[in-house]
Amino acid sequence: MSLNNIKKISIITGHYGSGKTNFAVNLAMYLANKGETVRIVDLDIVNPYFRTADFKELFRDNNIELSASVYANTNLDIPAITFDVERLANESGYLIIDVGGDDDGAMALGRYCEALKDFYNRGEIDMLYVVNKYRYLTDTLDETLSLMGRIESVSGLQCTGIVNNSNLGEETSAKTVLDSCDFANSICSATGIELKCTCLPIECEAQVPKPFNVKRYVKAIWEE
Amino acid sequence: MAERNLMKGNEALAEAAMRAGCKCFFGYPITPQTEISAYLAKYMAKNGGLFLQAESELAAINMVLGAASTGTRCMTSSSSPGISLKSEGISYIAASDLPCVIINVQRGGPGLGGIQPSQADYWQATKGLGHGDFHVLVFAPASVQEMVDMVVKAFDKADEYRMPAMILADGLLGQMMEPITFPEIKPLEVDKSWATNGHKNKREHNIINSLFLTPEVLENSVNNRYKRYEKIESEETDAEVYLCDDAEIVVCAFGATARVAKSAVNTAREQGIKVGLFRPKTLWPFPKQELLDATRCAKNILSVEMNMGQMIDDIKLATECKIPVSFFGRTGGVIPKPSEVLNEIVKIGGAE
Repeated sequence: MSLNNIKKISIITGHYGSGKTNFAVNLAMYLANKGETVRIVDLDIVNPYFRTADFKELFRDNNIELSASVYANTNLDIPAITFDVERLANESGYLIIDVGGDDDGAMALGRYCEALKDFYNRGEIDMLYVVNKYRYLTDTLDETLSLMGRIESVSGLQCTGIVNNSNLGEETSAKTVLDSCDFANSICSATGIELKCTCLPIECEAQVPKPFNVKRYVKAIWEE
Repeated sequence: MAERNLMKGNEALAEAAMRAGCKCFFGYPITPQTEISAYLAKYMAKNGGLFLQAESELAAINMVLGAASTGTRCMTSSSSPGISLKSEGISYIAASDLPCVIINVQRGGPGLGGIQPSQADYWQATKGLGHGDFHVLVFAPASVQEMVDMVVKAFDKADEYRMPAMILADGLLGQMMEPITFPEIKPLEVDKSWATNGHKNKREHNIINSLFLTPEVLENSVNNRYKRYEKIESEETDAEVYLCDDAEIVVCAFGATARVAKSAVNTAREQGIKVGLFRPKTLWPFPKQELLDATRCAKNILSVEMNMGQMIDDIKLATECKIPVSFFGRTGGVIPKPSEVLNEIVKIGGAE
């Protein structure tokens, strides 16, 4: 497993259900296991449930500081951010920002684009675009690029890395991931943006570019 | 192998509706059904259909009444409080013998309740979705794939019987992601010569109406409808029966809760407890005969629901009160855990 050159701030964007949260949790755990100071932000103002804040016990046990809306997972449907992203960015250590799906979710990021500009210009931010070939409606190059453009436009930030997180949930196999490499490659070629990593479930073995072993943290309640 | 796609439950409902030939959608926003409307707002027009966000739930359901009158396949979706607002219109649609599909992605209640998942609209859907003598077909999916399959079926059955069909889902199913395959869909061809779609002076004009000035005429129309209901009750029930052949305990659960219950049943089986799962896929008509067959060896039934036990009466009626029914449920937006259901199974299993 290799994940090189992790920037101080990783912003995780992408289509609804591309697996942003699962990737964000894996990234946080990867850094925490290396003894790094890690902060994670649940910036999702769109999803009522199934979000980063679901993993607060895991984060607590691994000394990962979670910032999430106090309304996350409550019965209140309020798209509010009740913490200070700018302050978190200025703290030492790594910061992972898990953004809500699509351009709708990335809208919240736009609020911080001025505050994050300096970090961005200093090359301290990776704005990652998570793709999943098996997600309906972002399974073609055109759709994937068009969504990326819309996310960049509302967030005011440019993508700097592609995360190939192609998966079919619990059905994901080595072949699932292998079959998606061409798709990810075509996005990198079309945009000139580098591939950050290819997510590979820990139980699978396959020769893929820049493999990053991931655990499936986002599970259904009946898989407890 | 057919193409696999990862989809969110709500998106799958919306996409399946378009593929089933739904041409009109009228809705009003509410969590946790939001993605259905959002998806159709984006894609309905591209598919040659109409998406309209009405000014209220009442307006939306009456637009469904109007569109359904023309014989067009149409749909609305909401979550619990929104369905209550639509109930008057649903009664009118049923009284007018019109087909349509209504999706309820249930959330906690009563009242404004909350946005977390719930199954507390079971009674409303199966027994009292509006005033007057009428039923709607009620389908209860338990996976994203079943959301797709049941929407397709709901449109066909609604057309076949000229009545509203409901998909009774819940927030958990609506929000979760699962891999699915879209089936090849051939919408049922149904004679809709009753439709008010313009007579062009070539036929008598059709009338869609739910007001009858003569009591006997109204009674007659209700009686005719109930003859159709009789046929539906004998032909359209559906259930999943899992490990019930030798089961001394049969767990009854529908929708997402059945997934939780199944996980508990599997663990209990590993512990040597003879337990099975009965999952109604249609809630009206309730699969009475299927439940009778599945509980042939049963000494106990355990109903597991995300409500306070609304299905218990239907279970008791189907089994003629011959088998004791216990209950485990969580409500208010709390989802039962497999370990909690397992505890209940062990309690009953150990009590013998």
